[in-house]
Amino acid sequence: MAEYKWPEEGKRTHIGKRISRIDGPDKVRGKAKYTYDLNRPGMLFGKVLRSPYAHAKIVSIDLSAAEKMPGVKAVKIIQEPGAEIQWAGDEIAVVAAETEGQAEDAMRAIKVQYEKLPHFVNEQNFETIPEANRRKPSEAVNGDPVKAFAESDVVIEGNYGNEIITHCCLETHGLIAEWEDDKNLLVHQSTQSVSANGPQFAQALGMPAGNVRLKMEHLGGGFGSKFPVDRWGIEAAKLSKLAGGKPIKLMLERNSELMVAGSRPSVFAHVKVGAKKDGTITAWESNAWGSGGVGNFNFVGQMPYVIKPADRKEAFTVIGTNTGPQRAWRAPNHPQACLITMAAFEDLAAELKMDPLEFFLKNLSLTGTRANVYRDELMKAAEMIDWKKMWRPRGEGAPGSTKIVKRGLGLSLHTWGGSGHASDCDLTIHPDGSVELKMGTQDLGVGTRTVLNIVAADTLGLPLNMIKVHIGDNRFPVSGGSGGSTTVGGISASTRRAAVDALNIMFEKLAPAMNTTPEKLEAVGQKVQEIGNPSNSMTWQQACAKLGTQPLTTRGKNPGKETLTTGGVGGVQMADVSVDMETGIVKMNNFVAVQDCGLIIDMKTCESQVFGAMIFGVTYSLFEERVMDSQTGKMLNPNMEFYKLAGLSDIGNFKVHMMTGKGYDERGVIGVGEPPTVSPGAAISNAVANAIGVRVPNLPMTPDRVLNALATKGEKKGGKS
Amino acid sequence: MSSSDEGRELLEKEAEKKPDGQNESGVSRRSFLKGTSVALTIPLVVSGEKYVKAAGTEVKIFGPDKVNLTLNINGVAKTASVETRVTLLDTLRNELDITGAKRVCDRGTCGACTVMMDGKPVYSCSVLAIEAQGHKIETVESLAEGDKLHPVQQAFWDNDAQQCGFCTPGFVMATKAMLDKHPSPTPEQVKQNLGGNYCRCGTYHGIKAAVVQASAAYVKEGKGGKRNG
Repeated sequence: MAEYKWPEEGKRTHIGKRISRIDGPDKVRGKAKYTYDLNRPGMLFGKVLRSPYAHAKIVSIDLSAAEKMPGVKAVKIIQEPGAEIQWAGDEIAVVAAETEGQAEDAMRAIKVQYEKLPHFVNEQNFETIPEANRRKPSEAVNGDPVKAFAESDVVIEGNYGNEIITHCCLETHGLIAEWEDDKNLLVHQSTQSVSANGPQFAQALGMPAGNVRLKMEHLGGGFGSKFPVDRWGIEAAKLSKLAGGKPIKLMLERNSELMVAGSRPSVFAHVKVGAKKDGTITAWESNAWGSGGVGNFNFVGQMPYVIKPADRKEAFTVIGTNTGPQRAWRAPNHPQACLITMAAFEDLAAELKMDPLEFFLKNLSLTGTRANVYRDELMKAAEMIDWKKMWRPRGEGAPGSTKIVKRGLGLSLHTWGGSGHASDCDLTIHPDGSVELKMGTQDLGVGTRTVLNIVAADTLGLPLNMIKVHIGDNRFPVSGGSGGSTTVGGISASTRRAAVDALNIMFEKLAPAMNTTPEKLEAVGQKVQEIGNPSNSMTWQQACAKLGTQPLTTRGKNPGKETLTTGGVGGVQMADVSVDMETGIVKMNNFVAVQDCGLIIDMKTCESQVFGAMIFGVTYSLFEERVMDSQTGKMLNPNMEFYKLAGLSDIGNFKVHMMTGKGYDERGVIGVGEPPTVSPGAAISNAVANAIGVRVPNLPMTPDRVLNALATKGEKKGGKS
Repeated sequence: MSSSDEGRELLEKEAEKKPDGQNESGVSRRSFLKGTSVALTIPLVVSGEKYVKAAGTEVKIFGPDKVNLTLNINGVAKTASVETRVTLLDTLRNELDITGAKRVCDRGTCGACTVMMDGKPVYSCSVLAIEAQGHKIETVESLAEGDKLHPVQQAFWDNDAQQCGFCTPGFVMATKAMLDKHPSPTPEQVKQNLGGNYCRCGTYHGIKAAVVQASAAYVKEGKGGKRNG
């Protein structure tokens, strides 16, 4: 009798091993088809005309010239005259033509008159933000921070912040929409949400949900920005109808991708922290503001991050700006809160002339239930980066420093939830022994197919190649969108239950023929055999043949019986950097991560998530930021020359250690996409402060910001860049 | 101003003056420039001949209408009919359904569209399709032999040097181009040869390991060491 609970360590055949992703060969060969790659029969190209102004009223739109352009099949207004545009890049009209060039020409031929209105796009300096752009502040108070500060031995204050960054997915947002007939819409969309988006199209278009088919084989990045159907998605479907149902491919241009398809909010804060002489943190106060563009977001409840003294106060003001709306970005709010908190605490440790490792260890009781996990992880990370040997007090320079190039170490800790989302899985065993698995999920690049394959194969006692995995179609059983590290827990649990149910149905049928009872049977090594008496066995093929002519399909669900996925993880990261005091250039030397995420299904792709998150972190710590022009209200770097991503030679030496085994595995499967993305900003900022002797308040720590910070050295601590 | 820019300016002025109105309508500056710049260097057979006077001589121009062209892609002659302004990348992807090379930045920064032209890596978003005529184009689709992956592809797979995979074909091609020339690259050579490709998911750690593995395979098989073509 097969059981739902995950197998013990010694009984895992695939789970936890280092397995190469099953769709890897297709990707390295260029065979994997992304939405952007699809050429549908008779396909037209769609182009969106976007507002050049950050704030304006549409006075008139003239489509007549565009309609007459060669190759044009349909032109449509998205926002009518009279509409008020709130950000540069907002959609005005859309056109479809036979070639991409023709569509671009026609888009440029659309004549729009605007009435320009005043705009506001830069929220970094609180004093310069107009009252009208400050939304109602919110705050939370715990305990008695006023009294706690009065009783503190030492109080420090500082400013810290993160600029707005964008998702910059390599495959831009977009879709191909086509009408199969008057009533049925087929959409190929680049999305993190295969199961949920069909109904969203249907609702927006006023049609039954069952009439929308949505498919996606491969996804070129999402990072939280690809959940919605988006206005351009709906418009593409409408435009296709105008063009007689022909497929319309509408993928965003690179500049639109960076301007309108998602950004991570900025958060800036003035922080006050109190402590006892021995380093015990006693009080926290933060006054923060930040912007998600025209969008709203809630930041209260985030700070201080992970380490929470009983007496604390946090206040936050959302700033509205005339820029594109924010979207979820890998671990929403956590990286910003982590930077501000861990940087302030590290400044406090420096003030007390304490080693931050000892300082954080001392205050671990303030982290709550995961204190022991963090302790183990801090010790492991310290060993991996040789902290004891390498760390020096702030500004002294770690070993290897010269007069010009200073080396420093920094650390940070983080948390995340990551329990599995709702998921349905259909598993079919065919009489010939082959197995199919169907699920309306998607693979952002994390290895979804591989995880499904591993869980099913491990449960059924089969090699990986006997299972065919089908995902990326909303006709398959519903599974949640991929966000918040919820995918691997959800899909593993539903697949495990489907496979266990299938085995138990098989065992019921086979037991009489094997002269035993179902509970005495197990499936291992491509056989069904009696537990403890392997000579009483049947090959997998023989067993499946006994099913008769009908394939056996079971549906597994999450949540369900037995807890197969939980949430709540801890992680620690430590960075070792060198900073050129003359140029302000920061270079990564070493970067280590220690992470727990419960039971690991595929060690190889799991580690890749952590490495990837760290590289993401180096990028947002040192290079990337959205730069807005106050005068024109436009983004100045909506491209990949000036919106900087880290390159191969920017990352230094990375090491990753996953916490596994007793104390971790029994918690079930937990997602890992978000948590390791959280700490890099803080760890790297702390390392830079340790190296150069002064805090660079804001990320990214570009040379100008580093040099500005150095210029304030000796002045009041925590100066603003 | 470079000499080619001067040439373009001249051509543009001439075209504006042309009394017979050959370039009156439907010729945007962009398509005109792309057409003329190529006309200066590559002789082509096209329908609808047009001439402008440049530096005292009559010069035939191409476009902006579609031209028929033949490209040597992965050893096969492929024909397409595209406007002269269309890039090699878009021709591969939109006309020939060869979609391994990806369009990401579309302006020569990210390397996702990398293909080989006469054995050298090029950004196919920055090569016009008509310029690619007469050259040997190799895309990522040409590397594997049946089910057997090229050592670079195998190394990328083995070392999980890919997540979403959208940058992967470009990286694979850039890595192959590097190893063809430098089978045992120094860190500096890796930096120079792969510095023109970007990944967003953060697979550089795996890519570094993949380069090591692929390099070992090159050395073992005695591959590379001189530039192809």
